[in-house]
Amino acid sequence: MAKPKVATASLAGCFGCHMSLLDIDDRILKLIDLVDFDKSPVDDIKEFTGPCRIGIIEGGCCNEENVRVLRDFRKHCDILIACGDCATMGGIPAMRNTIPLKECLDEAYLNGPTVYNPQKILPNDKELPLLLNRVYPCQEVVKIDYFLPGCPPSADTLWQALVALLGDKPVELPYELIKYD
Amino acid sequence: MNDLEVRVRAICQAHENNRTRLMDIVNAVQNEFGYVPGCALDAIAKECGTQRVAVQSLVSFYAFHSELPKGRHVIRLCNDIVDQFQDVQAVADAMVDEAGVPFGQTTPDNLLHLEWTPCIGMSDQAPAAIVDDVIFPRLTPAKAKALVKALKAGKSCAELAGRTGDGNNSHRLVKSAVHNNLRLRGDVIFADYHPGSGLAKALAMSPAEVVRDVKTSRLRGRGGAGFPTGMKWDFARQTDNRNKYVICNADEGEPGTFKDRVILTECPELLFDGMTIAGYATGSAHGILYLRAEYAYLKAFIEDLLAKRHKKGLLGKDVAGKTGFNFDIRIQMGAGAYICGEETALISSCEGRRGDPKNRPPFPAQKGYLECPTIVNNVETFCCAARILQEGPGWFAQKGSKGSPGTKLLSVSGDCEKPGVYEVPFGIQLQDLLEMVGADHPAAVQIGGPSGSLVGKAEFNRTICYDDLATGGSVMIFNQKRDVLKIAMYFLDFFIEESCGYCTPCRVGNVLIRERLGRFLNGTAESADLDYLTRLGTTVKFMSRCGMGQTSPNPVLTTLKNFPDAYRSRVKERKDKFQPTFDIGAALVDSQALAGRKSVHF
Amino acid sequence: MSTTIKMTIDGKEIQAHPDQTILQAADAAGVYIPRLCNMKELIPHGSCRVCTVRCNGRPQAACIQPVADGMVVESNTPELTEHRRAIIDMLFVEGNHYCMFCEKSGNCELQAMAYRLGIATPRYPYQFPHRQVDATHPDVLIDRNRCILCGRCVSASRDVDGKSVFEFVGRNSHKRVAVNAESGLGATALTGADRAAGVCPVGSIIRKRTAYAQPIGQRKYDHQPIGSDIEAAGQK
Repeated sequence: MAKPKVATASLAGCFGCHMSLLDIDDRILKLIDLVDFDKSPVDDIKEFTGPCRIGIIEGGCCNEENVRVLRDFRKHCDILIACGDCATMGGIPAMRNTIPLKECLDEAYLNGPTVYNPQKILPNDKELPLLLNRVYPCQEVVKIDYFLPGCPPSADTLWQALVALLGDKPVELPYELIKYD
Repeated sequence: MNDLEVRVRAICQAHENNRTRLMDIVNAVQNEFGYVPGCALDAIAKECGTQRVAVQSLVSFYAFHSELPKGRHVIRLCNDIVDQFQDVQAVADAMVDEAGVPFGQTTPDNLLHLEWTPCIGMSDQAPAAIVDDVIFPRLTPAKAKALVKALKAGKSCAELAGRTGDGNNSHRLVKSAVHNNLRLRGDVIFADYHPGSGLAKALAMSPAEVVRDVKTSRLRGRGGAGFPTGMKWDFARQTDNRNKYVICNADEGEPGTFKDRVILTECPELLFDGMTIAGYATGSAHGILYLRAEYAYLKAFIEDLLAKRHKKGLLGKDVAGKTGFNFDIRIQMGAGAYICGEETALISSCEGRRGDPKNRPPFPAQKGYLECPTIVNNVETFCCAARILQEGPGWFAQKGSKGSPGTKLLSVSGDCEKPGVYEVPFGIQLQDLLEMVGADHPAAVQIGGPSGSLVGKAEFNRTICYDDLATGGSVMIFNQKRDVLKIAMYFLDFFIEESCGYCTPCRVGNVLIRERLGRFLNGTAESADLDYLTRLGTTVKFMSRCGMGQTSPNPVLTTLKNFPDAYRSRVKERKDKFQPTFDIGAALVDSQALAGRKSVHF
Repeated sequence: MSTTIKMTIDGKEIQAHPDQTILQAADAAGVYIPRLCNMKELIPHGSCRVCTVRCNGRPQAACIQPVADGMVVESNTPELTEHRRAIIDMLFVEGNHYCMFCEKSGNCELQAMAYRLGIATPRYPYQFPHRQVDATHPDVLIDRNRCILCGRCVSASRDVDGKSVFEFVGRNSHKRVAVNAESGLGATALTGADRAAGVCPVGSIIRKRTAYAQPIGQRKYDHQPIGSDIEAAGQK
């Protein structure tokens, strides 16, 4: 029987959640026994090769490409996990949500105290995905099945959640594994 | 010290620098300057021996106070649901057109400021507006335009008030265009009454006997909650505090009620007798009439009547010749906060604070105004009490229905031929009422205002009384063309605006309910949202601190129950597991404009 | 005159003093009723509503309601736990709670309550409100993004410090904590040593230069749920 497939992506995140996944140490060998990875930075597969059992999303949606990828995950994955604080509540990128987009760009590229930009250029290559008006937690864009909070969620949290889901068991995390920092 | 500070100090001193009279002080500053500037906050705090932030706390709470200048005339147009269904929007558009500024803004010459206000107690003559304490009922776009034009030309509101209404609306101290629309007189409230007659009978008895009579009559509070009046009076009577207070709740803010307005206009003596009787029964020398700011046009008239009662010996020392019984009544003006209709919030407001409800226990009858035993009753309740003393408790108890003796004033508005005030015996069937008022194809009736329930045709056979359809008096009739969810949304918006913000469920929960109810109106609702609304509404109802919070989800909960199809018919099931509420187009508008290019992916 | 009364909480019979609230009596008996705004030394505020229990069947805030002989209190029921979760969810989405860098994380009572109730993420949409930060004071900071309007600072400043530096202004969802000076906290009478500077259950009012003193793993709620101390005392 073919192994269930897992896909992962980092949207508006810092890859910390992916690092945490790698932090499961030697259990990664067990994980490889349990699953195959499809689209994921772990194996550098860029597009889905087919339907997946589990999708793990790090980061919220700050630009249009994030939305496209997240919807793609929703289409291909039976179970979608919002992994980490950015995915579940927007995280640090969402701090811009109370500031108009233009002010954010001006601060980042023109007025910030460490900015050197004598030609006053705002990045605007036609291939650059456009920013959204604010950062959206994943559940505001697609339906999410499970939430793993943490910045990042600990390796144990990720491991326990994955093992439970792969065994068709409910994800029940003990006190020490639900943390928001 | 600048001129403004000098004048603010004078206002404070006119109120004896009394911290507990902060409402009056701030009202006076607001009236004089059109706002309460920062330096006034400091000046008031200094004079009254309190903190600047404590004054700011009060000023920032009430809708009729403002920390920023708003213009010489503030036009407050009522946006109640009945006004909305009578096309108040067209009236608003006419005002905006003539004033040249949108609602929420002041004209550049600082002459006019337009804003929306919740129910001003004129639902039977909607659309209506208040400008400088003057009521402009039955507005049309043409009238609204003319009003703004005349204000721009320098006319005063008093000149523009128009033809005075019936009864005491034409009194020289009222001179208002308001109509009483008193459609049905019963024999408790609106029967003839000789001022002082109920009071005389009360004073011939002992206070304990008066309380006994009120108990025997089985009178219950007319404001909506229905607490037995005699029991409340007895609690206060039995306390041994020297200072006790009798407060009349004339903060009639429940959307769709206006019956207290008609009592205050047409039979205020009955009310004053009732308050004085309560003072005698409970051993109190102090009465306070808390009058909502929207009824400020009645203030001079009421003050004059109180002064006359003084002259006649019906107020003051040894009232009506009863040695040792002293009683006085002062008016406390509100400043536009619905929550002050809640009795402990009303007490907070009388004490010169923001209108936060208080924790209970202790109950007001034990510890109320300024920590003294206090009874708070509705205008109509006091009137009933006076009539009970005049006619006897047995006479009263046999009226109405078994658990609900007496009559009830109903404020009827909405889709009917004869909106106005009806004094009906308790136990009247809704169907009979609807026929009496000439209801036009009624499909839904809001009983008891937003905090009550919206009932459909299947329930028109129910009766109006404490044990079935309880109401403080508001009856809003909606025909089959009205959208039940829009009604619910309006009421919810009302509660969100009027929440004092003290407790979590009411402050946050209703905002979240609005978001989800909005999905049913904008076509993004799914069936799971029905359960979400029910659960959230139940939590707000169960966990909220005061009566307002506990009833605030009723517009949604009662429509979910009584009009389930209005919700279900708008549910769309989706298979893609995308969130229908996420609108990629809207999320990219800003970015596309800034980048000057189209989306890469969508 | 009897000095104690008998009542039950979740079926457990306990003794209480007649002048206690339900919350005080439960604490003394080692029964933890979740709460947020309440703080032992301060006058109960009754605003968060987390401590709502069924008292003889009716909902009452345990921090306000006095005990009575024969009173039957239900607290640890699925119904009440669900309502409490909903309240905590509301507080999280109402403000901007960035636990990942908050100085109070690990010692925060709001966060700890969410942990205790097993909340992975709030069920409601985040509101992302615009809130003000006031760093004008040399020793104390207010970050209103994190404020849950519990009123502890208002009460501590007024009733303990005798200064009334804080007060609520505005109403409905615009209600916020203001300070007694137009230009900000730095112009008030507050000092870093004031009780009001140390009562905030969340990271809204914090003393400057005291952050991150304890490493992760050694903070108050890293291993033990909030309320464990009260429950442990009850086990003895």
